[in-house]
Amino acid sequence: MGKKTGVYLCQCGGNISNTIDLEKVQEHIRKEKGEDVEIKIFSHMCSGAGQKLIKDDIESGVFDRVVVAACSPQFHEKTFKAAMVKGGLNPHVLEIANLREHCSWTHKTEPEIATTKAMDVVDASIAKVELNIPLTEKKMQMGERVLIIGGGIAGIQTALDLADTGKEVTLVEKLPTIGGKMAVLTKTFPTEDCSACIISPKMSDVQDHPNITLYTNSEIENIQGHRLHFKATIRNKARFIKPEINMDECLACEQCVQACPVSTRNYWEQGVIDRKAIYIPAALAIPFRYIIDPETCLNFKEGQSCSICADICPQKVIAFEQEDEIIEKVFDTIVVATGFDIYDATEKAVFGYGKYKNVVTALEMERIVDHISEPEPPREVGNRVAFIQCVGSRDEQIGREYCSRVCCMYSVKLASLLKAAKPETDIYVFYTDLRAFGKGFEEYYKKAQKMGVKFVRGKPSHFTEHPFTKQVSITVEDTLSRQVIESDFDLVVLANGMGLSKATDPIANFLKLAKSEDGFLKEAHPKYKPVDTLVEGVFIAGTAQGPKDIPDTVAQASAAASRVMVTLAQKEFSIDPILAFVDQDKCDGCKLCIDNCPKNAISMNSNGKAEVEEALCLGCGSCIASCPTEALDLYAYTSDQIYASIDAMLSNKNENEKRILVFADNNCTYRVADALGVRKMKYTGETRILRMPSSGRVTLNLMMYAFKKGADAILVGDCEVNNLRVPWTSEVAKKNIEIAKARLIESGVPGDRIYFEEFNAGALQRFVDTVTKISESIKGFEPITSEVKEGLCQRK
Amino acid sequence: MPKKIKLTDKGAEFLKQIEKLSGETITMCDQCGTCSGGCPFVEEMDITPSQIMRKTMLGQMDVLDSKTMWICASCFTCTVRCPRILDVSKVSEALRQTKLRQAIDNIDIKDISKEDAEELPSIAVVSAFRKFTS
Repeated sequence: MGKKTGVYLCQCGGNISNTIDLEKVQEHIRKEKGEDVEIKIFSHMCSGAGQKLIKDDIESGVFDRVVVAACSPQFHEKTFKAAMVKGGLNPHVLEIANLREHCSWTHKTEPEIATTKAMDVVDASIAKVELNIPLTEKKMQMGERVLIIGGGIAGIQTALDLADTGKEVTLVEKLPTIGGKMAVLTKTFPTEDCSACIISPKMSDVQDHPNITLYTNSEIENIQGHRLHFKATIRNKARFIKPEINMDECLACEQCVQACPVSTRNYWEQGVIDRKAIYIPAALAIPFRYIIDPETCLNFKEGQSCSICADICPQKVIAFEQEDEIIEKVFDTIVVATGFDIYDATEKAVFGYGKYKNVVTALEMERIVDHISEPEPPREVGNRVAFIQCVGSRDEQIGREYCSRVCCMYSVKLASLLKAAKPETDIYVFYTDLRAFGKGFEEYYKKAQKMGVKFVRGKPSHFTEHPFTKQVSITVEDTLSRQVIESDFDLVVLANGMGLSKATDPIANFLKLAKSEDGFLKEAHPKYKPVDTLVEGVFIAGTAQGPKDIPDTVAQASAAASRVMVTLAQKEFSIDPILAFVDQDKCDGCKLCIDNCPKNAISMNSNGKAEVEEALCLGCGSCIASCPTEALDLYAYTSDQIYASIDAMLSNKNENEKRILVFADNNCTYRVADALGVRKMKYTGETRILRMPSSGRVTLNLMMYAFKKGADAILVGDCEVNNLRVPWTSEVAKKNIEIAKARLIESGVPGDRIYFEEFNAGALQRFVDTVTKISESIKGFEPITSEVKEGLCQRK
Repeated sequence: MPKKIKLTDKGAEFLKQIEKLSGETITMCDQCGTCSGGCPFVEEMDITPSQIMRKTMLGQMDVLDSKTMWICASCFTCTVRCPRILDVSKVSEALRQTKLRQAIDNIDIKDISKEDAEELPSIAVVSAFRKFTS
């Protein structure tokens, strides 16, 4: 072979050597490997002296690969990799054998078991490292191009922050003006600033900024994803007004609007005031341009050809023939700021929304209150007004468990504004819990109480409309006085909760963004990566990630901008070399793997063979199981390496011993086993733990091979769904295990021998319980006969 | 008059028993009052359905002396509307069962006058003895 492996057995100042007989381990390795290994026992491998030892040995050319048998790789893998590089070796021809957490600490009271286990662990690492190959990180160049999807306050804030630092920003908004929901609100809580007044300067900044390209009335048609390299197709829909860019030609004389015969619901007035088919969205719209809405304009209706506006226009800028424009652009990073939709209260008939004239949404109430002080307000509110909290929030009947966080305070705001404008109005807020958690919120709530707004603790059950007065009767228990109130109201305002905007779905789909259980977009980590997503280069800002108010949204938008800056500042990005690859000779072009990679990282090349797009691959290994010819494999975790590890790990087993092989995913299961060691928690010594990139990497063949080599049971571990590094791996694992179980039954292997468990980092006792349970259940099993073993797997 | 109540082990045991009998996690109740507001018979009750949930959670066994669970018609309006998907009518039934199993004589057969006995539907007489059969 010509290869020699350096094996360092670390005493860890007694932590390892007081339990494990390292001399015996050394003797064992010598016997097994003879001249192929060079073994050294040292007190502290992680110390400067230990690192120097590795470096010097490498430099003197004693060996060309290394096994460090010490603590868990999560502590000092980086340290030892650095020592390898200093000595002049590739860091990937190193393996760490976990003697401390998995052997000496866990089996502190059973030195013999610890020593046997240590031998197996070191053997497996030596067997694997012999097949390790040098790997290098690939570098890819980046530009400074950012796509921001959504022109609400989140998108605007992110765009301005990034544009101010010189990034090339493209902002895409599906509506004809930017501003989002904030442009609809009357005032903001708790300070009662005029919403439109505080957002409109930011809106014009976006329009005027030299580094921002703004596409309104535009939709994302497609995004083809590379990580940190995205190609987006944007459809800039026709406004049917000439010229496209220059405003000078149109005089904004309003003649077209006055002449238009169509009247329809105006989104920016929430139907409180109607608009025409040709219109300027809002008084402070950006861009401030007319648009014709082809949905309602009679010119677009079949069999009609109304052109009153075009005829009356003195500048002749109306162009019904105008077509959509398709724009294709490449971006390095994307910020998804697609925001929320309010809960559609027609989904729950009990409120009578859409059926009863005097039941309105909070967003409609924003506009009603906005106009309330006008001499002739478009809508009166009457004498008695009810606010109903938690409409479409905290309601499992409709699958929305979460609190929408803003409804309590916007109801307090609307009630206060109404009370201030019309002090004679009798206002009741029906709530379940009033959550005034933010800065100045509690004070604002108190102020409303002082103004005479009545807060009643109870969730209304019945809503009926009086046939003549159109008043709405509400039945509700006041859960504080324990009396049931049944009373009539002139206006009922529903505090609609938030849900992810429907427009987000196609974008989440293009980018393969995961959703959390509440249906909002999922962040990469709830604590440390709140604006990152699992897709590198894609960030989230605002309510697309979950309900939040304006200050939180702005803070998060700036956070997303800074994360984009950090990413772009690197100028180039490196790709972790743990990637899937295809053996071109073995691949028969069956295409089965293509659908099994949810990242779309696998495609067919011109030779009709599969090829892995390295920029996309996440290195989970889930594709490998789908390959019938074993052409697919994963660097650093190749099938050959894992087979060799399994073989070595189980080869020392005596006939009367049992072995539970644990395929532990690197993120959760392996760490749980580490944490058990740290706490000196004991579990059965029959376990042998093998580190895996994910549970999806554990193929049918690997499992069969393990049984062939003497495993009595297998535990495949991965993270709980919410903590999965790669969202689909546990699904793949479950599928593989199902097939493996069927194979065992077919081959006549008695008993239930394959287990799957999802762990989180704290599931220590569950790990112990699981392996104990497995250990108990395999006690009674007949050993698998060698004939049956042979039939399980062709590999020797 | 408001009175002080004690939180006792016996009370906690009572909650566990009602939860076991009903199959509902009563501690999940948010006390939003949706059940009471929608109950068609709430005006006939001495305490509201949500109070039944509350008292049971706190282990106040005097809940068994309330009329509410006997007024409950098991119409399931509360069950259909509960935002926490709790089946309040099952809790009602569990309380009725618990009360019945105490096997307390509500009627002494000798006390029923002859006229009443003739007029009473036989099912009502049988129900009076249900404590031994439930």
